[in-house]
Amino acid sequence: MDDKKYDKIADELRPKKQVLKNTIYAFLFGGVIGAIGQFFLDLYQNIFSLSEKDAGPIMIITLVLIAAILTGLGIYDRLGNIAGAGTFIPITGFSNAMTSCALEAKSEGLVTGIGANIFKLGGAVITFGIVASFVLGGLRYVFSFFW
Amino acid sequence: MSFHFSGNSVSLNNVYIESVGTTAGLLEYQGPLGTYFDKYYLDHYHGNSSYEQAEIEMLSDAIFACLNKAKLKKDDIDLYFGGDLNNQLTACYYHACHLNKPFIGLYSACATMGLALANASILLENQNINKAMACTVSHNATAERQFRYPIEYGIQRKNTSTFTATGGCAVCLSSQKNKVRISSVTLGKVVDMNQYDANDMGRAMAPAAFDTYKQHMKDLNIDGTYYDLILTGDLSNYGKSIMEKLLKDDHQKYNQYNDCGCLLYNKDQNVYQGGSGPVCSALVSFGYIYKLMLEGKYKRVLILTTGALLNPVMTNQKLSIPCVCHGYALEVSE
Repeated sequence: MDDKKYDKIADELRPKKQVLKNTIYAFLFGGVIGAIGQFFLDLYQNIFSLSEKDAGPIMIITLVLIAAILTGLGIYDRLGNIAGAGTFIPITGFSNAMTSCALEAKSEGLVTGIGANIFKLGGAVITFGIVASFVLGGLRYVFSFFW
Repeated sequence: MSFHFSGNSVSLNNVYIESVGTTAGLLEYQGPLGTYFDKYYLDHYHGNSSYEQAEIEMLSDAIFACLNKAKLKKDDIDLYFGGDLNNQLTACYYHACHLNKPFIGLYSACATMGLALANASILLENQNINKAMACTVSHNATAERQFRYPIEYGIQRKNTSTFTATGGCAVCLSSQKNKVRISSVTLGKVVDMNQYDANDMGRAMAPAAFDTYKQHMKDLNIDGTYYDLILTGDLSNYGKSIMEKLLKDDHQKYNQYNDCGCLLYNKDQNVYQGGSGPVCSALVSFGYIYKLMLEGKYKRVLILTTGALLNPVMTNQKLSIPCVCHGYALEVSE
C-alpha cells in the first residue's frame, strides 16, 4: 500500500474538527478575560485613584497572578482545553506557560529545575517579542526621517 | 532443541503464563476494567516526591504482585525483560537494581510488552531459561513530559490525541505447564507511512498493525477466524476505524476485533480518542483478557501491540514517524 492511498483512507475516517464550537468558546473565554481585565482597570482607577498609566500594569500583574494560581490549582489547563486560543493568547496564557513549566521542573531543584526550565515554552514569546520590537523599532526609526 | 523463524513469526509449544501482576492509576481504576487490576493509586504521586519515582513504585508493585501470586522469589526468575517510555528506560533500570538478576531493557514505545514477551518466549522455548518475567510501566505525567507539554499547560488538545495510561504490568512466563500459554509471537517490521502528526498516533500506527497482522496470518498459515478475538494495542477510536477499513478492503475475515485503548476507559472519561502507552495493551490483555481466558470465555486471542517510535527532536526536524507492531497470541492450553 502506498502512502497516498493510505492518506486517502485515513482522511475519510478522520474525526471532524469542531471549528465553529472552538471559535465560539475561544471568543467567549477571551472576552471574559478581557472583561475581568477591564474590571480591575476601573477598580484601580476609581477606587484606588491610580492614573490610567499606573493602573494598566497593575491590572496585568493581577491577571498574571490569577492565572498562575489557577495553574497551580490545576484549573487553568482544563479551561485551556475548552477555551483554546481564548485562554492561550491573552497575557494569562503566558503566565500559565511559565507556571506550568516551573511546576513540572520543581522536582529537579531550584536552579537546574525551575531556573533552567521556566522559560521553556514562554521563551519563544520573549525571543520573538524582542526580535519583532527590534525590527519594528528600526523601521519606525527609518520612516521617521521621511515622514 | 532449537527452532527457526517462519517468516517473522515463531510458533511456541512450551511457553506458559504462570502469573500476572497489574497496577493502575485512578483513571484506569475508574474505567470499565478497574476491578480486574491488583492495585490502584489515588493520585499521580502516591506518596513519592516526583512522578518518575511514582512510576518506579508502580513497576515495583506490579512485579511484587506477580511474584506473590506465583509464590516465587525475585531470584527464581532467570531473566527480566522490560521497558517504559522514559529516556534511558528510567523506571525499569532504576528498579532493576533491586532484582538481583539480569535485566534486559527493551524499547518499542507502546509495543514494548510485545517485544519483551517475544524475547522471553524465544529463550524459554529454546530451553535456555526456565522462568522469565516481562514487565512494562507507563505514567501519564512522565510521558506528557517526555513527549508533549507540562501537564498544567493550558493548550487545547487535538481531537485525534490519545491519553497515556498510568499503570504497571508484570507477567511471569515459565516452561512448566499452566492454564494459558503463548502460542506464537510475531515480530513486526518498522513501517513508515509518512505520517508527521505527533498528536495523531492511531493514524500513524494502523499500517504497522495491519502489516504485522498479515505477516502473522501468512507465517502461521491461518486466517483471522482462528482467533476468538483480535486486539490491537493503542490505535484509539480513530486508528481502530482505520484498521477496520484496512481489514475490510483486504477481505480479511475475523470473528471479533477491538482496540485496547478503547476498552480501558469509559466513553465519558476525558481521554480524547482513547488510551495509549505500553501499559495500555498490557493492562487490558493481562488484567482483563487473561482472566476471561482463565474463566474460559476466550480460547484464542491475538494481541497486536502497536508502538509509534517517535522522538520529539526528530518530529521538530520535520521527519515522519516510524511505527512498529509486535504481536503475540494467547491460547488456553489443553
